[in-house]
Parts: sequence; structure tokens; C-alpha cells
Amino acid sequence: MRIAFFATCLADTLFPEAAKATVRLLERLGHEVVFPPEQTCCGQMHINTGYQKEALPLVKRYATTFDRYDVIVVPSGSCAGSIRHQHSMVASAYGEAGLAARSESVAARTYELSELLIDVLKIEDVGAYYPHRVTYHPTCHSLRMTRVGDKPLRLLRQVRGLDLVELPAAEQCCGFGGTFSIKNAETSTAMLADKMTNIVSTGADVCTAGDTSCLMHIGGGLSRLKTGVRTVHLAEILASTEYA
Amino acid sequence: MTTFLGMPATAPRGVGHLRGDQTFPRAARDALQNSQLRRNLRHATTTIRGKSGRVIAELPDWQLLRDAGSGIKTDVMSRLPELLEQLEERVVAVGGVVHWAADANEANTIVTELVKATGSDRVIKVKSMATQEIGLNEALEAAGITPVETDLAELIVQLGDDKPSHILVPAIHRNRSEIREIFLRAMPGVDPALTDDPPVLAAAARRYLRETFLSTRVAVSGANFAIAETGTLGVVESEGNGRMCLTLPDTLITVMGIEKVLPSWRDLEVFLQLLPRASTGERMNPYTTMWTGVTPGDGPQNFHLVLLDNGRSAVLADTVGRSALHCIRCSACLNVCPVYERTGGHSYGSVYPGPIGAVLSPQLTGVADNASLPFASSLCGACFDACPVKIDIPSLLVHLRNQVPHAAVEKAAMAAAARIMDSPRWYASAQRAAKMARIAGRRGRGLPPPLSGWTAGRDLPEFPKQTFRDWWAQRTDAPAATRASGSSGGPSGSSGGAAAASGGPSAGSGDRSEAPDGTRSEREDGR
Ligand code: SF4
Repeated sequence: MRIAFFATCLADTLFPEAAKATVRLLERLGHEVVFPPEQTCCGQMHINTGYQKEALPLVKRYATTFDRYDVIVVPSGSCAGSIRHQHSMVASAYGEAGLAARSESVAARTYELSELLIDVLKIEDVGAYYPHRVTYHPTCHSLRMTRVGDKPLRLLRQVRGLDLVELPAAEQCCGFGGTFSIKNAETSTAMLADKMTNIVSTGADVCTAGDTSCLMHIGGGLSRLKTGVRTVHLAEILASTEYA
Repeated sequence: MTTFLGMPATAPRGVGHLRGDQTFPRAARDALQNSQLRRNLRHATTTIRGKSGRVIAELPDWQLLRDAGSGIKTDVMSRLPELLEQLEERVVAVGGVVHWAADANEANTIVTELVKATGSDRVIKVKSMATQEIGLNEALEAAGITPVETDLAELIVQLGDDKPSHILVPAIHRNRSEIREIFLRAMPGVDPALTDDPPVLAAAARRYLRETFLSTRVAVSGANFAIAETGTLGVVESEGNGRMCLTLPDTLITVMGIEKVLPSWRDLEVFLQLLPRASTGERMNPYTTMWTGVTPGDGPQNFHLVLLDNGRSAVLADTVGRSALHCIRCSACLNVCPVYERTGGHSYGSVYPGPIGAVLSPQLTGVADNASLPFASSLCGACFDACPVKIDIPSLLVHLRNQVPHAAVEKAAMAAAARIMDSPRWYASAQRAAKMARIAGRRGRGLPPPLSGWTAGRDLPEFPKQTFRDWWAQRTDAPAATRASGSSGGPSGSSGGAAAASGGPSAGSGDRSEAPDGTRSEREDGR
């Protein structure tokens, strides 16, 4: 299958390993990955901070860039959620006629990675090997906006060598929330502290999730506390094999 | 209500409790440092979450009930004036008197005059969010009338000269030893040997309240529901003190937000299932008191209904924002909110705390007066899933953030960021510039304000040597299919992709993106 890849600004810029892993994984499964270079950012930060008008060009850019593909994948539950639930809203509020419909149509063809694998490609065992003790944080936007459900866990359960340990209070927010972590930095830090306590309590070496943004936040905290626990994007685990 | 009177007004300043004197982040700072408060809150919200989750799981049709509740409320908002007129007509027909109050000042004046007319200098009160919202207790006290709260938690707050911090459990921030101290200090006639044993504390409150019930002739209540069809008012509660207030006095004055009206008696079946399970985690609330006008010789002989607007018409005028008026004040959203759990109710500066407060208060006051509240959320969405009437609070927060007057510096930065993001060439340059800045040694020193809060508690990630798009443009390991289709520059190699991606002189901006990517890259190569 020919799959268009939306890397997201954060993975492209700060976490290229997650983006590369998505490409390698899909290619290993026999699919063709296309990266349209005119893509940049989904505009979620602008929308969620109260700048819908400013986000309009980004909403338009996403629709224009990806409209010609049948299947688009995003390694981020949060960006997938924004594309699905916010783009047509911004388009109808500030865009010209037709953009909202186009945004909706592109959004319907946009999948978060675990959704693509399970719902579209119908695969749960991607042939990965990852010999580590791993705990999974379901991130709020993957869970409650994009509604990926237990798909990431179903994929992780098939990974050979992986010891999956349950995260206590997994569904509680890590405190990132985009600009929330700047505007309400102290509250955000208090939320992060509890998330880290729960992660450390599992004895895992690795905390994984489907969003680089939350992983950046959690990883930044775990690193500051020198816990020794690493954060790794779900795509990187699924892309790992015994040989590579 | 049927005549257009110009743009509806927001709640007035200087009266009532909808505005805090500090921004949310500032007020939250104090709360975050109070570890006793955080322990009390966590304990209470965790307990009630568990209880509520268990009884909700018992109902196979919970999601259908939520849909029904949401549907009824949407219908009510679409024909509110008509329903209120019907309610007025029915209440008058059964012997009540209806008063319309445009705002807090009018409502306070109406109630004060009604109490004065009875000659009583004391009123007993059922816990009511509407009267807290308008600051009725302060208005009554200013007129020489003593209001006595009869809800146990509300009484604790009143005697402690404190403010409520939760819709349902106003004294959630207090533990029992603090409560004992408050009673010893402020409860008239309390036994000095009082212990902090909960039954002992409850007995002390009961003794005090019974004397008050039996000697006070006027009561003030709120209402959970008003039925337009019959003119019936209803209050649900757990302690029975409310029922005392609603049945013992001669005069009953009910202050009700105009959004509380329901079309018909049958609608109650939905809300009487949703409310107790979502709020207290009970299958049914212990006391449901309904009254329809006056009944000679039984219960209050004078009944007044004050219909309060205080900004609600302004909320109603916003077709997106109006869903905040669907709220039945169950407090489920507070109990699941990770921000509320850490900062407590006082940080929100309004009688409406937590997620619903973050959307309702700014709408009632006008967003400029509560501009920090729509940002008091990580948009985690737990409130939406918990809300028994399915109010999409995260989307409302985003909607309100878009109306908040932004600081000039932030506005400039966001506009610049959007412009850069809208050009792949500038975007790639920005990526490189950021990398240079980091290589020059920012790591470890933290970010400058206003970003410094982030690096105070977290490390920034190492900047990668290569962005993804640079890697993609230069990769040589792509499988045959990818190379053959030419999607990143075609068989001529990936240099076209590299130029487009990394901002070479011919790199594309959005207007070229209509062309299929392969041909575009080639064309750019050829330029
Ligand atoms: S917004 Fe929903 S969950 Fe929150 S108090 Fe109102 S009805 Fe309850």
C-alpha cells in the first residue's frame, strides 16, 4: 500500500528516530511510504492556545498537501486528534468555502500509527523484537480524542522479548498539555511528579507512548530526576527487530 | 424575555463570587505548596471517583442516559424563553410569585426586600450555587439579616469564614480536626469537650441546626430543577436538612438560574438517574423534595421564585458556548480533573471551580475578566468523559481561548511561528537555527522566561544531529518501491527532495503543492 507520512513538526525536528522508525516499520511490512516535503505542522499548538485564525494556513497546508493520498499516517495520537476534530472547525470558522469539507475528507483518511496497523493493514504482530521491561502511558489525546483504545497495547503484546508491565493510574494526564506546561508550569510539574512516581514503581526500563510530545515532557522529568528510565516512542519499539 | 433588549449583559462586577482577585497560575501556586490540602483533595476525589465509577458500571444504558440528558438540555436551550414563560404562568397559577432578576444586584435586592417584609432577621438556607454566585449572604448581612447555611459542609465553610472549594463537597479541603476547631470557635452553644470523631461532629451540627430550623420562619433555597409543565420546583440532597428548610418555614424564597428549567415531569426520570450516580456515587439521592406552589395548611404559605439571569443570556447567545448551561452541577468533572486535584477549588477564584468553572465563569463575566481560566486545563479530556450530560468541556475551553485577549508578546510570537510553519523553506531554516542555538550551549542553562517554567522541572531533549526531513532527503536505503515511484525526488536521486526539504533556493512553498510530489521535485530540480 502507498502510505503518505505526516511526520509532525516535533518528530521531524526533535525526535527524528520516531519518524524514521515509522518509515522503516511500514517499509519492512512491504508498504511504500511517501513523505511530501511541503508538510510542516498540524497547527495544534496554535489552535489549543487560542490562535485559530493564525492556524488556518497550517490547516490549509495539511489539506492541500495530503488530499491526493488515500491513506495518511501520523505517529502522534495528539496530532491525529487535532486533524480529525479541530481542522474542519477552524476551516469553517476562518477558511473559504470548501476547505472545511476538504479538511474533513483528508482527516477521515488520516490514521494514528496503531490505527493504521490494526484497522487498515490488519496486522497485530509486526515481527518486532525488543528485549526490555516496558510500561505504556496511553496519553490523553490518543485515549480520549483520537480514541485509539487498546490498539497500542495489542501491538506491544505481540513484540517478542518485551516484558509489558501495567502502569498504575495510566489514564491520568502527565501534565504536558502543550502550552499548559508553560502557562501553568507549576501545576504541570505537580502532575508530572505523580506520573513519574507511577512509572518508576513499575520497575520498567522504558516508558513508551504514541505521542512524542508527552514523551518529551515525561522524558524531561525522568532525566532531571536521574531515574534511569528511558522514554521511547511506540514506533521505535515496533520497528526493532532481532537483526536491526 | 420575548422582546429583544439589545446585547445581553454579563454578570456585574463588585458583587457576588465569579471573579477571583488573582490569576489562576498565581492562586494555584499557593495551593500547590499546601501539602495538607493536596492530600485532602486527593483522598476525597479518589474515593468519590471510585464510588461513582462502580455505580455507573451497574447501568447498562449509561451512555444512552447521557445522550438523553444532553438531548433534553439542548432542546431546553433552544427554546428557553418559551419554557420560562410557561414556568412563570404555572407557578403563578398554583399560588407562587415569580420575580425576574437580570443580575446579581437585582436578585439580592428582591430577596432582601422579601425577607424584610416578613419581619424576620434570620433566614435558613439550603445549599445553593446560585445564591453563592450572587453573594446573597453578604447582601443579607448588610441588611441586618443573618443567613444560616444548613448543609453540613456549607455550614463548616460559613462558620470558618471560608469559601467553598467544591460544588458538592464545599468543605472538601478541610479535614476533621480542622472542622472541630472551626466548630469550637464559631458554633453557638457548642460543647467544649467536642472531639474530632465524625459522628460527634455531626451530632453537634445537628443540635445547633435543629434549634435554628424550629425558630426561623423564612427559608432561601436554590433549585436543581423546575418543571415548566407543572410549575414544580425540586431539590435533591443527602442530609435531609434541605427538606427541613423546604417544609418548615412560612415563607420560601427560591433563587434559580434560568437554565434549570425542564419541559416536563417525565424529563426528571433521566436526571434523577444521572445526577446521583455521577455526583455522590449513590444509586439514588436520599432526599428529593418537590413542591408545586403553596398548599393551604401544609408547608410554606408564601412561595417566591426568583429567576436569575446574571450573564446566562449572554452565554446563551453563543451557540457553541451555551452548552456550558447544560451543567447539572454534579461535580463529576471536578472529581476526575488532574488540575483540580492539585490546585483545589479556591484557585479558580469563582464559586464554580474545576473544568466546568473554567468554561462557565469566563462566559458569565465576559472572558476578559477571567482570562486565565480557559487555560487552567491540560485538555486531557477526562471531564468530557465523566460529564453525565456530555458537555464537551475541552472543546469549549479551546473555543474560549480563541476569544481571550492575548498578550502582545505572545501574539507576535504565535503569528511569527505560524508564518514560519507555513513555509517549508523558513521552517527548515528555523530547524537549523534552533540546532545551532542548542549547540552553542543552551542545554543545562534552561530556557529564558516565559519558557523557564518548563526547564525548572524538566530537561530539554538533546537536539538531534539531523532532522527527519534531512535524513529522508539523503537516505539511500529506501526500498525499490519507494525509489521507483519517485516520491522523494525520483530516480535522479534524492537531491530534489533534499532541496525542497532543507530549504534550498528553489524549495517549494505551499502554492506548488497541488502538483504530484514526484513531478514537483523534478520541476524544482530543473529550475
Ligand atoms: S459540567 Fe458536567 S460533570 Fe461538570 S458539574 Fe456540570 S454536569 Fe457535572
